[in-house]
Amino acid sequence: MNSNLLIIIAAQAIFYGTPLFFAALGGVFTERSGVLNLGVEGMMLVGGVSAAWSSQHIEGPAWFTVLGSLLVAMFAASLVAAVHAFLCVTLKANQTVAGLSITIFAGAVGLSSYLANVWHVAERQVDRPIRKLDVLGMADTPIAGPLLFNHTILTYVSWVMCAVATWYLFRTKIGLQLRAVGESPQTADAIGISVVKYRYLHTMLGGSLAGLGGAFYSLAIVPTWVDGMTKGAGWIAIALVIFGFWRPDLTLLGAYLFGALQALGIQLKSRSVGIPGDLLDAIPFVMTIIVLVLVSTRFAHKRIGAPASLGVPYEREER
Amino acid sequence: MKSPVRLERRLHQPKQLNWAIPLVSLLGALVVGALVLLATGKNPIDVYWRMLDRGFLSERALTGTLRTATPLAFTGLCATAAFRLGVINIGGEGQLYMGAVGASLVGLQMGGTAPVGVTIVVMVLAGMLFGAMYAGFVGMLRAQFNTSEIITSLMMNYLAGILLNYLIFNSTSYWRDPRSFGFPSGKPLEKRDFWPAYDVLGISIPFGLVLAALFAFVLWVIYKRSRLGFEVEVIADSPRAARYVGIRTKWTIIAVTAMSGALAGAGGASQVGDFAHYLDAKGLQLNGFGYTGIVVAALARLNPIGALFVAVLLGGLTNAGYSLQGPDFPSGLVGTLQGLILFCAVAGEILTKYRIRSNASAVTA
Repeated sequence: MNSNLLIIIAAQAIFYGTPLFFAALGGVFTERSGVLNLGVEGMMLVGGVSAAWSSQHIEGPAWFTVLGSLLVAMFAASLVAAVHAFLCVTLKANQTVAGLSITIFAGAVGLSSYLANVWHVAERQVDRPIRKLDVLGMADTPIAGPLLFNHTILTYVSWVMCAVATWYLFRTKIGLQLRAVGESPQTADAIGISVVKYRYLHTMLGGSLAGLGGAFYSLAIVPTWVDGMTKGAGWIAIALVIFGFWRPDLTLLGAYLFGALQALGIQLKSRSVGIPGDLLDAIPFVMTIIVLVLVSTRFAHKRIGAPASLGVPYEREER
Repeated sequence: MKSPVRLERRLHQPKQLNWAIPLVSLLGALVVGALVLLATGKNPIDVYWRMLDRGFLSERALTGTLRTATPLAFTGLCATAAFRLGVINIGGEGQLYMGAVGASLVGLQMGGTAPVGVTIVVMVLAGMLFGAMYAGFVGMLRAQFNTSEIITSLMMNYLAGILLNYLIFNSTSYWRDPRSFGFPSGKPLEKRDFWPAYDVLGISIPFGLVLAALFAFVLWVIYKRSRLGFEVEVIADSPRAARYVGIRTKWTIIAVTAMSGALAGAGGASQVGDFAHYLDAKGLQLNGFGYTGIVVAALARLNPIGALFVAVLLGGLTNAGYSLQGPDFPSGLVGTLQGLILFCAVAGEILTKYRIRSNASAVTA
C-alpha cells in the first residue's frame, strides 16, 4: 500500500514536473545568452490560452489538432518573448523591470485573460486533451509501467529535449558561442559573434518553451482554460534554472522534485489525513524559498554555472 | 551601420524629462492598446472615451477612483522605497495582505474599547508592523545570504494569499465571522471604528489617501534630506563604494526593505479600516494592488510625490474597468493596458540615458 502510494506520487511527479521543466529549460537557454527573463509566467499563460483556443478551432484528426495547438502556443509565447528581447537587447532596458512588465501585461489579469474573454475560450471544455499513452502496451506493468510507459507524448518529448539541449549547449559550436555571449559579450563580439542575434533567438526559443509548458496546463493537466491557471509555475521555473545550475539535466531533476511536492499535496488532500489543505498548497512555495537560500549561500562566492553577464545589457563601446 | 538612427549617450539629463517621459509612455501605451483593441474587433475610441468617462468625468466617478487609488498609492510607495535602493521588492501584494491581517486583528481586539483616534493609529501601526516584518524577512535573506529578493518576495505573495484563504475560508480562526454560514466572511469591525472620509466638493476622500500623502512626503524627505537617503543612493550606485566608505550595507538593505513593507502594510490596514471593515480574503486578492504598485512606481520614475498622482491616474483606469466590465469590456483589458504602460515606461527610460540621433547627419559631422 505504502509503496503503491510512492509509485503514484513518483508517476505524478513526472506529470506535474513536465511543464515546469519546459519553462525552466527555456529559462536555461535565455539566461545562457545573458538575458534574464522574469516574464515566464506571462509567456506560459499566453501559451496556455492560445493552445486552448486553437484546440477548439483547428479541424482535422486529433493528433493534428494537438500538434497545431502546441505550435500555435509556442509561436504566440515566442512573440511575447520577442517583445522582451526588444526591450532588453535593442533598448538595453532594465531586464528585471522589463520581465515584470511582461508578466503584468500578459499574466493572470492581463492579455491572457483578455484573449480568453474575447475568444470565449473558458466557456468550452477542451475536447481533444493530451492523453496519457500506453507505450508498447506496458502501462500496467508493476512499477515500471506508471513510471516509464504511461505518460503523455510531451513527457517523452521533454526527455529527448533534455538530451538534445545538453548536447547543444556543451557539444556544439553554436552552444559554445551562446555560452560565450552569456559570459563575456565583449569577447564574443570581438571574434565576430552577433550578440544581438544570439540573445534575440534564445530569448524567443525560451519563450516558446514557456508557451509549451503553459499549453500542458490547458491541454493536459486541467484540461480547459482557467484565468491564471499556472498559479506561479512560471516563477518556480525561474528558481529551477538556478537550482539546476543552468544545466538541462539537473533542471529536469529539480522539476520532478517540485512535481513530487505538488503530487504529494494532491494525494494527501484526497486521502484527508488531517493536514490542512492550505498547508499542503504552501509547500512548493516554501521549498522554493528554502532551496534558493541554500543555493545562494553555498555558492554565493563561486556562482557555479551562472552566466557572468546575466542581466547586464551589452553596449558596444563607441567613441 | 545599417540602422538609420542610433542612440547617443546623454551627458546630462534635462529636467523636463521628469514629466515628459511618463506622459509619452502613457500616450504610447494608449496607441499600442488601440492596436490590441482593433485586432480583437473593438473600437478603441469608444472604449477609451467610456473609460475616461467612468474613471474621471461622470458623477461619483472620482469618489470611486480615489477609493481604488488609495491602495495603489501605498503599494506604489512600497515599490518606490525599495526600488530606489535597487532591491526589487515585488512582494507588495503579500505585504498588503499581512498588513490587513495585522490591522484587523488589533481592530477586532480593541473593538470600541478605546477612543476612535487611538484605534485607528494602533491599526495603522499594526498593519505597518506586519508588513515590515513580512518584507524584513525577504530583506534579511537578501542581505545575509545574497538570495534573490525578486523570487522570494513573489513566493511570499502566494504564501500570504494561502494564509488569507486559511484564516477566512478553511478554518475557524479569530478573523472569521462565526455567524457567517454558507459563504464564510471576516468578522466585522465595530461601526464606530470605521475610518473617516472627508467630503470635498462632493468627492469623498478616504482617510487612507490622506495618510498615503503624508507617507509620500515623509519618504520624499527621507530620500532627499536624510543620511539614510544619501546612503541608499550610494548603495544603489555602487555597493562596493558604499562598503569602502563604511556604510552598513546589510543593515540598510534590511531597514529599507522593512520600510517598504511597512508602506504596503499600511495599505492593507486602510483596506480594512477605510473600505471592507473586515478581513476580506477574496476582495484583497482580486485586484493585484501590489503588482499595479510596481507600475505606479515605474511610471512616477521612483518619485514618491509623483507616485500619488500616478496612483490616482491608474486608480481611474482600474475603477473604470470595474464599472464597465461586461461583454463589451472584457476583464483583462485593464491589466493589459497597465502592462503596456509599464512597457512604455521601461522603454521611455532609455530616453533619459540616450538621445536618438539620425545616422545620416552623423556621417558628415
